[in-house]
Amino acid sequence: MEQKAYHLIIIGGGPAGLSAAVAAYDAGERSILILERDTRLGGILNQCIHNGFGLHTFQEELTGPEYAQRFIDQVKDRNIDYKLDTMVLSISKGEGNAKQVVAVNEADGLMQLTADALVLAMGCRERSRGALNIPGFRPAGIFSAGTAQRLVNIEGYLPGRRVVILGSGDIGLIMARRMTLEGAKVLVCAELMPYSGGLKRNIVQCLDDFDIPLKLSHTVVRIEGKERVEAVVIAEVGPDRKPIKGTEERYECDTLLLSVGLLPENELTIGLEADMSRVTNGPLVNESLETSIPGVFAAGNVLHVHDLVDYVSEEAHLAGESAAAYIASLEAGNGPVPHAGVLITFSGGVRYTVPATADVSRIEKWLKIRYRVGDVMTNRVVSLYLNGNRVLTKKRRVMAPGEMEELVLLKKQVEEYPVVESMEIRIEEDKA
Amino acid sequence: MKTVNLTCIGCPLGCQLEVMMEGEKILMVTGNTCQRGEAYARKEVTDPTRIMTSSVRVYGSVAGERMVPVKTASDIPKGKTMEVAASLRGVSVPCPVNIGDVVIRNVAGTGVDMIATKNVL
Ligand code: SF4
Repeated sequence: MEQKAYHLIIIGGGPAGLSAAVAAYDAGERSILILERDTRLGGILNQCIHNGFGLHTFQEELTGPEYAQRFIDQVKDRNIDYKLDTMVLSISKGEGNAKQVVAVNEADGLMQLTADALVLAMGCRERSRGALNIPGFRPAGIFSAGTAQRLVNIEGYLPGRRVVILGSGDIGLIMARRMTLEGAKVLVCAELMPYSGGLKRNIVQCLDDFDIPLKLSHTVVRIEGKERVEAVVIAEVGPDRKPIKGTEERYECDTLLLSVGLLPENELTIGLEADMSRVTNGPLVNESLETSIPGVFAAGNVLHVHDLVDYVSEEAHLAGESAAAYIASLEAGNGPVPHAGVLITFSGGVRYTVPATADVSRIEKWLKIRYRVGDVMTNRVVSLYLNGNRVLTKKRRVMAPGEMEELVLLKKQVEEYPVVESMEIRIEEDKA
Repeated sequence: MKTVNLTCIGCPLGCQLEVMMEGEKILMVTGNTCQRGEAYARKEVTDPTRIMTSSVRVYGSVAGERMVPVKTASDIPKGKTMEVAASLRGVSVPCPVNIGDVVIRNVAGTGVDMIATKNVL
């Protein structure tokens, strides 16, 4: 079995992995390996051929493949090692501070790799129909929106002609437009919740532009057809999200697309026994994006599902820098620096925060706290309290579960607090 | 007089805009919370444009790729979108293709080129 040692192994060559690699390299680290399961770098961006990527990172609107290429070029310019078509089978703690990675590909066979630090950048996958409960047969013609996206954009194959979409996640909205452009008829997009989980821009430019109705508080109650989907019946749901009798509408169609959410892909992380969040299904991380296993960092959709790739790149940049700093500390003989973080607590509708804990003494310039809310809220004030003192406030006219929020705590704002015993985010009504 | 209903995409607030029009003339924009909403509404009712993206077939790819993603090099009138989409069907381009290569000149008579958005070897 091939055995090799690196300082840093990055698992996943999508936007998060690429950005982490570049950041670690630019921080001085030279022994880096990226492991990618697919035949190309770039991850899911390869099939996201629509534009709207990169406004924050490059100040221009790029398509997914163009955005990916910018980072692929940066990786190649730096001669960072990567292996494609490579499946990581397990990661585990080795001797001392070492981490073991077992991976396999056709060229190298089974590999036993060791690293001082890991960046987890495995991304996410789609919730499947199995995660839902739709009665009826299991005919052909039911696809996740992402599968349909791959079929159309990469394989060049239109999976259906008359389409119903369940769920208004961004990929579903994007595919409503994409399939329409390819000549399919998209009849309706049904969303269980009273609000869409997708970005406003996508609702306007993917549904409204093509007169595709969005039915909020609706779900699929029946799928007809034995061999192939023949019709889909949708019905309105009440506040309990149960279908209301008598509201059923039948749509003759050959295809049902599901766009019902994404799940971080964390089998490897769980195998490593890192502490996980029940809310995000990603690992719990500190301000350096380090998991509960010292030297193992995480970024991108494996950590929490993002709506904008620009934020993935930015987050992964921090993970790459943190990994390089961790390695430098080991190299200097200092060993892992002990972490003295506090749990970030929250109230008023925050569902989770990334990071989950923070050691303010480690803040370099600022600490960016990303979070999501559980419901649509208007006219709120978001505040951050250190030791019970309000140090930061931000007015938000509207917040929605589909749009990630952030708070930025500057180093100078925490300097007054040499000892931080509590950090809390509170959302309150804006009475002004 | 007619009213056009729009959703502003300027920010997550997504204001519901109402544009009152007399023929081609905009009489009033309501429902916007800030100025950006009004500017957006005026553009959308007079000259709505979009970047259009799609993918077309390739042949001779040594990487085994079947498609190359493409986009209009600049905005096209929104009303031309379906025409542009239709004119891409049946198109097949030889590899290699590089980002920025013109795949179709003056697509559907819009005066705008369709360019590749991915390197396909
Ligand atoms: S009008 Fe202003 S506040 Fe309203 S959605 Fe547009 S940009 Fe946002």
